[in-house]
Amino acid sequence: MKVRVALNVNGESREALVPVHKTLLEVLREDLGLTGTKHGCELGECGTCTVLVDGQPVLSCLALPVDTEGCRITTIEGMAEGGRLHPLQQAFAELGAAQCGYCTPGILLTATALLAERPSPTRQEVKEALAGNLCRCTGYTKILDAVELAALRMGRQEARA
Amino acid sequence: MTKNDFAVIGQPLPKVDAWAKVVGETKYADDLFLPRMAYGKLLRSAHAHARIRSIDTSRARAVPGVFAVLTGDDLPRVKFGILPVSQDEEALCIEKVRMVGDAIAAVAAVDEETAEQACRLIEVDYEPLPALMSIFDSLAHPEVRIHEYGDGPNVHKNVALQFGDVDAAFAGADLVREDVFYFEGNTHLPMEQHAAVAHWASDGKLTLWSSTQTPHYVHRVLAKVLDTPAAHIRVIATPVGGGFGGKTDPFSHEIVACQLSKVTGRPVKIALTREEVFYTHRGRHPVLMWIKTGFTKRGDITGCHLRTWLDGGAYGSYGAASTFYTGVINPVTYKMPVYKFEAARIFTNKPPCGPKRGHGTPQPRFALECQLDKAAEQLGLDPAELRRRIVAEPFTKTANHLTVTTIGLGECIDKVVEASGWREKRARYGVSAVQAKPPSHKKGLGIACSAYLTGAGTAIYWNEMPHSGVITRADRSGGVAVLCGATDIGQGSDSILAYLTAEVLGIDPKDVHVHPADTSLTPVDLGSYSSRVTLMCGMAAIQAAERLRAAIFKAVAQKLEVSPASLVARERKIGVPDDWDKALPFARAVELGEALHGVLAFSGSYAPPKRAGKYKGGGVGPSPCYSYSACVVELTVDEETGTVDLEDVWIGHDVGRALNPLLVEGQVEGSVYMGIGEALMEEQVFRKNLHKQPSMLEYKSPTTLETPEIHTILVETDDPEGPFGAKEAGQGPLLPVIPAIANAIHHALGIRIDEVPITPDKILKALELKRSGKPARVGPGKLPLFTFKEPIVVESAFGQPADAVASRPFA
Repeated sequence: MKVRVALNVNGESREALVPVHKTLLEVLREDLGLTGTKHGCELGECGTCTVLVDGQPVLSCLALPVDTEGCRITTIEGMAEGGRLHPLQQAFAELGAAQCGYCTPGILLTATALLAERPSPTRQEVKEALAGNLCRCTGYTKILDAVELAALRMGRQEARA
Repeated sequence: MTKNDFAVIGQPLPKVDAWAKVVGETKYADDLFLPRMAYGKLLRSAHAHARIRSIDTSRARAVPGVFAVLTGDDLPRVKFGILPVSQDEEALCIEKVRMVGDAIAAVAAVDEETAEQACRLIEVDYEPLPALMSIFDSLAHPEVRIHEYGDGPNVHKNVALQFGDVDAAFAGADLVREDVFYFEGNTHLPMEQHAAVAHWASDGKLTLWSSTQTPHYVHRVLAKVLDTPAAHIRVIATPVGGGFGGKTDPFSHEIVACQLSKVTGRPVKIALTREEVFYTHRGRHPVLMWIKTGFTKRGDITGCHLRTWLDGGAYGSYGAASTFYTGVINPVTYKMPVYKFEAARIFTNKPPCGPKRGHGTPQPRFALECQLDKAAEQLGLDPAELRRRIVAEPFTKTANHLTVTTIGLGECIDKVVEASGWREKRARYGVSAVQAKPPSHKKGLGIACSAYLTGAGTAIYWNEMPHSGVITRADRSGGVAVLCGATDIGQGSDSILAYLTAEVLGIDPKDVHVHPADTSLTPVDLGSYSSRVTLMCGMAAIQAAERLRAAIFKAVAQKLEVSPASLVARERKIGVPDDWDKALPFARAVELGEALHGVLAFSGSYAPPKRAGKYKGGGVGPSPCYSYSACVVELTVDEETGTVDLEDVWIGHDVGRALNPLLVEGQVEGSVYMGIGEALMEEQVFRKNLHKQPSMLEYKSPTTLETPEIHTILVETDDPEGPFGAKEAGQGPLLPVIPAIANAIHHALGIRIDEVPITPDKILKALELKRSGKPARVGPGKLPLFTFKEPIVVESAFGQPADAVASRPFA
């Protein structure tokens, strides 16, 4: 059975006619063309498919689009505003926090939610926030460094403003 | 050259593809959607070993939305495999399946769900055969044959090499140790599942986009198994979302996607599920090892004899090479004057093992480094000092005729010893320490070292052609295109090509456009394996860029009326240093060059120096140069629960030269991380013929919380073989981590776990043995009854000087 879903993705209103059981991950990738969100494990373990729903990290492989109607969905494609990279994206690129890059979208969005809640997290807090996102390339070191650098820069921006 | 002579090399620059990756723009294979594209699915065997009596696809064909159904009968009857000596795989099995997960039939349909549904309707009539699920099983049942080829019933490969008289070496030793170790297999677990999109177009030409580390080998295999001229096939490696060796074989799903595209007249995508990736495997071989080593009182090695038994799984894959790799690299690290090595790879009815980061070498490294720790304890020597004493001599040959160039291992050991506070902590921590809080938490410190090759010295198929090629083309805009068959799997090969080209031409890496891994556009690079890409593509890129620079210099020299030798290229300009005001912009210089020579496109080629030992088997092990690593691990073990908490890892790595220290550190940190997973939790194990944990939920790998602080120390030795002196960094640093952890656990608790992964149950068992006064060791005891081949006996080349001049083809 197909249903019509109306989603707010990255500030745009999008509609799709999809089987009711199709996951948010599949609808984003296949129906809305937002392939920045990736398949990893498909059972909610690896965090690769993370998107933000009303600012909170959600595993899109376990979410159904009908449950996210009326919410603000943010994918990696919506993270840079007006062509300006988010400080997390800037720091990840500068510090080599993305190697193969496949887990990167999910980690960036999880970190975005963390910094929105805790602008100056400790390293342990960053580790705990990202414990649900597997990365097989980096050993996490550069990722943690990049989140810390972005937090520092965002704090400075805030102070200036 | 010193660091200050470089503009780009040695700078911690972002990767050239970093920006696309942080905004989600990078297109991995599964991100490709082509018009009219169909979705393919494979029906896989539910039996570990069975004859196929018949396959009925009629019900699947009748499903609405199904475009095509294939069985092995719809493909040319040609077997394939990555190595010429092991052509034992079928894209779709015809007569027999050899493991759960073997592909039998395939469906292309309007969507994945329909294809899956149709697969379930295919009826296969199996005649089950006994499943052989371990080395012991397979050797005990020669009457059951998994394959008809090999070096004996269920023996894929049986090799034996001897360099010098080991018996005499043991007779002259003060201490001779014999130890037995077991290394459980584990898998790569890349975050990206393998995917392929095939388009067999109406002009009869085939294009395959695939998440592969070896597009060139896939190209060759497709031509063979599809019975189609290679000239009409184009393979494009998409950016790979993690490889680690798991995407280095040609795979069934790639071949089937092509054939499905041919019969449907549509592009076809096959994306593996996570469970399929676990069964596709090609990961770390489970290896049982016996190692006998003689030592003098001061810790010098008099000789070493190693036996390894590899559980190969159901197919050859890279296994013939893996078998040699369990033996040939050990003599590269320490002074080992005499060496004997026997190895056998056994077929079992499990997913085939192959190359995983470190290919065949982490297992014997674990054995050797744990044995060194035991010997140091017995001899009353500090394990760091023992190793420091016996580091191999640079620019010499090993017992097994490998040529070693620079060695920075001594410096690596010194630096990790210093940074970790080794001496003080070794005295303060450990089994006899009293300060533990709570008392059940015991701290320990362990050390281990390693060496690894920078690219295999011989190609997978014998040929006299380059291993790596580059075409560099300058544009009138001042931009430079670099075409190279190398595959970026996250290690940064695209970036390295841009940095080296920019360095030689005096331009910015941003001015360089790298076009990788497309068999119709790019010169061959053999693939992203054996840590070969930075060195081999790098050398080819430097050669191409230097040829381009020479052509441009000639034109600029005419214009400025100076000699070409007086010119330099830097800051996007070309001119005479003493008269820099007259220097021409690079783009203008390109125009002059093009006016003088015509189109400015130059090639670079690289093949390693020919140094294979002159004995059968001498082709595995040679490398242009070897990297070295030393690792100290600090950890706490809870005696009550057996859990290990890693605190810090110090790793010193001799990378020759860090072309980009940020990227090198990233490779080292990633290697350490992967070693930790293998040491403490990861295992590819089976129950009732099925993978015990074929999902990311069950297959445990380290998260941020299990990964300790990793302190990376880079050592530079400026190797004459590498591009600007660089050696490998992506695999070697994994090797010492595993034994360093085992040795630290021994320091903490006085127990020996001679088997990885070192799980809490093994630690508790060893502690129980210790309490009851028995030897506090958990590990294998039994060895297979097996007759190795009569060894090929060769004089040891230990200590001979390296060839004065290495002659390289195409140099």
